[in-house]
Amino acid sequence: MSIMSYTGGTVLAMAGDDCVCIASDLRLGEQMNTVAVDQKKVHKMSDKVYVGLCGFHSDAKTVLDKIMFRKNLYELRENRSIKPKVLATIISNLAYQHRFGSFFTEPLVAGLDPVSHKPYICAMDTIGNICTPEDFVAIGTGAEYLLGVSESFWRKGMNSEELFEATAQSMLSALERDAASGWGAVVYTITKNNVNIRTIKARMD
Amino acid sequence: MGDHYGFSLTTFSPSGKLMQIEYALNAVKNGQPSVGLKASDGVVLATENPSSPLYEEQAKIEKISKHIGCVYSGMGPDARLLVKRARKIAITYEDMYGEEISTTQLVTRLAAVMQEYTQSGGVRPFGVSLLIAGWDVEPGKPLLFQCDPSGAYFAWKATALGKNDTNAKTFLEKRFSETLELDDGVHTSLLTLRECFDVGMTEDNVEVAVCNASGFHRLTKQQVKDHLGAL
Repeated sequence: MSIMSYTGGTVLAMAGDDCVCIASDLRLGEQMNTVAVDQKKVHKMSDKVYVGLCGFHSDAKTVLDKIMFRKNLYELRENRSIKPKVLATIISNLAYQHRFGSFFTEPLVAGLDPVSHKPYICAMDTIGNICTPEDFVAIGTGAEYLLGVSESFWRKGMNSEELFEATAQSMLSALERDAASGWGAVVYTITKNNVNIRTIKARMD
Repeated sequence: MGDHYGFSLTTFSPSGKLMQIEYALNAVKNGQPSVGLKASDGVVLATENPSSPLYEEQAKIEKISKHIGCVYSGMGPDARLLVKRARKIAITYEDMYGEEISTTQLVTRLAAVMQEYTQSGGVRPFGVSLLIAGWDVEPGKPLLFQCDPSGAYFAWKATALGKNDTNAKTFLEKRFSETLELDDGVHTSLLTLRECFDVGMTEDNVEVAVCNASGFHRLTKQQVKDHLGAL
């Protein structure tokens, strides 16, 4: 079994009309054994910027610390809050600096530009190759199950409620299939005025 | 050892001054004049660059990144080293963060380099002051900074460096207005520069650059000639 699916976990981000959604499951495992059922893989970086980290949980935590360090230093130096695209570049550089001994984690960035409120979503591989689709992006053990179902749920120009529904339904559907992810999910809906956090239940076993 | 505080770069004189830095500022004061001016929609840099029929021309105003450029007064070789460092800072930043460096960031980092040369062994301070002009794409506003050999930097609306800088600044105090547009800004800069000139201004001994939303551009000889004709 690959180290990338040792602890399990899935994160999905979708972009709508001036809003983005980012969802993560809550399971932490050791192969087939479930260890914890309250582990969010999505972390707040600033008011409207969130990052998701899937793959090997230990590496994800280390990488989160490193991202926070670089992000905090940037915000202090520049005296402004970070843009999602800049954060993604920072993370990509961090990942590539470990090109020949990489962290076993795939990062995902979702958020709104603090000035223009333009949505931004992207994911990258373990060495930081960024992929920026305009509809949705998924990482983790359930990513492959999400591709097809998200394709049918996603529509152009969805508002925040429609976007939440599409994200939640896609996530629930993938959690049915992926044994390494589950125990419900948490969905962050980011709009220019607020961030709505909702926990949804799935098969709790 | 007597009163030779001027020889050690890092020794304070009893009055609290670092003499080598004072001397560096004198090198700037003797340099060719430069003027910087912020208009409502851009920044103007202008300087004297004397020509001779015998030597090839070398530019004194240099571009650092798409929306940032600078001019110096003082020692040319020192300025070239700083321009090289500034470009490296700008490009490294772009690689690291995926967007162009803001003018403020470039100035702080370049000033840190200049400060380093006041406190390191085996070096001397830079014999130049820089005027750095930039346009910050977000939120879309012009910026003008002066960077001194000590590593101190100042944000200006309009200022002058080099020979006769006091006269030039008095002139600017009278003529400067924040509502000026770029073309009028070029005009005012040239008038200010004329205050410091001993000889007549021609397109061969004046260098002008502007910086606005479209980036940092040096004016061509023809453009300078047209502006001089309108004085």
